[in-house]
Amino acid sequence: MTFEVFMQQLANGISIGSLYALLAIGYTMVYGILRLINFAHGDIFMMSAYFMVFGMVTFGLPWYVSAAIVIVAAVALGVLIEKAAYKSLRDAPRMSIMISAIGVSFLLENLATYLFTGVPKGFPDIDILTRAISFGNVSLSVATLVTPVVTIILLFVVLFITNKTKIGMAMRAVSKDFETARLMGININRVISTTFVIGSALAAVGAILWGSKYPSVIPLMGVMPGLKCFIAAVLGGIGNTTGAVLGGFILGMSEIMLVSFLPSLTGYRDAIAFIILIIVLIVKPTGLLGEKVTDKV
Amino acid sequence: MLKINDLQVNYGGISAVKGINIHVPEKSIVTLIGANGAGKSTTLRAIAGLVKAKSGEIAFQGENILGMDTIDIVAKGITLVPEGRRVFANLSVLENLKIGAYLQKDGIDEQILKVYDLFPRLKERSWQLAGTLSGGEQQMLAVGRALMAKPKLIMMDEPSLGLAPLIVNGIFDIIKEINKLGTTILLIEQNANKALKVADYGYVLETGNITMEGKGLDLLQDERVKEAYLGTSKAK
Repeated sequence: MTFEVFMQQLANGISIGSLYALLAIGYTMVYGILRLINFAHGDIFMMSAYFMVFGMVTFGLPWYVSAAIVIVAAVALGVLIEKAAYKSLRDAPRMSIMISAIGVSFLLENLATYLFTGVPKGFPDIDILTRAISFGNVSLSVATLVTPVVTIILLFVVLFITNKTKIGMAMRAVSKDFETARLMGININRVISTTFVIGSALAAVGAILWGSKYPSVIPLMGVMPGLKCFIAAVLGGIGNTTGAVLGGFILGMSEIMLVSFLPSLTGYRDAIAFIILIIVLIVKPTGLLGEKVTDKV
Repeated sequence: MLKINDLQVNYGGISAVKGINIHVPEKSIVTLIGANGAGKSTTLRAIAGLVKAKSGEIAFQGENILGMDTIDIVAKGITLVPEGRRVFANLSVLENLKIGAYLQKDGIDEQILKVYDLFPRLKERSWQLAGTLSGGEQQMLAVGRALMAKPKLIMMDEPSLGLAPLIVNGIFDIIKEINKLGTTILLIEQNANKALKVADYGYVLETGNITMEGKGLDLLQDERVKEAYLGTSKAK
């Protein structure tokens, strides 16, 4: 492998890793508060991609207007899912809410198939993202370079919100103890909604950047990224935002490096994530940055 | 200030509180003593709106608060220091105090200074995560956190539970101190001896019913109370 090819793959790995990271933050935040694996998260990502197609192709809006609408729509969808499918199960066993999440996921996938058909739709070309830039013999799309930057900025925004704002403090309190948080006068439902707002907005940004790299939109496009990003969140230590980003980067990089160094194993690319999951669960179930959970009796 | 009339609460399918009457006058310390499972915690949780009462009335400053949301009850000036302290282990001491003032708009900094005056230990540990505090310090923090809401009535659920005897004395001193500063206190204790000594008035709760009531010092002298809760009854 030449140096140029290596650099190219390195950039790709970082870029795909940061896409995983964007989605993984959503998984980890919702898990942190509700102890719920939000299986519908990947489908919010998928719906966002469709929204972008409609915004730019059907209505002919400029990309930035479209992107803003997509983020708002994804947030609305995320909050709606929470209110409709999770809120009434607040006191139910965790398994019930998990099954509800799987139900919402299937609902969205099949609804999308029904409404938009299973025929792939082309993701609209956002000129400033798909343009190629060359560094010597290495040629990269702007999206590849922009994605990690956007991810890091958004990570800092999320960290700022959770660590420095009043609502963030409430989020951390709610994640530890619902009942005591209520005794402080915290509106639990508002805090949970905020979590879904942040997660869904990041999924929408992820979908826009993803579409610029892989411009084919289908109803099941959220399934595999969704699973992988969940694994990224587990790898980083579920509940930990920085961990989720780290996990995303590691996962993306491992995939790309496997493909470039061992091309004969390209077909196993998707298996990497699951192998990592198994290893993490055996060796360090709390993940890289996860804290030890001790249940007090 | 707080008048409870014929309160009945079902908890986990059993009737935990079976029609009790309690009166907490303004600026007093009232204690509720009784064995495990007598319904003490359930009573406090019903006042705070954490469990739904089956029937009865809970009047706070003349207004029935039964059935209100916990947030509104806290906003009216009632706070609960929960059993087992329940500080937010992942938040710093200062953040725990700030979150106690979640519904407060202003005067938060002044209130923090007041709490630090009351508990100098908390000031020293301001930046430490609450989970790293000792049990006694966590109890101080739980009380300080409740004070941050500038409550008119503060309810404490077993504040001495699991603490060393010396620390327990400190906690009871603080309870008296807070009361002197003008806050009404409703206290639940298994340590009946200590609780009755600080209380103006006491109620004895047995399996969901109030079986005795009276001035703190009177109950302390009562033979039946002595036998059942104080363990100091003379053997004949």
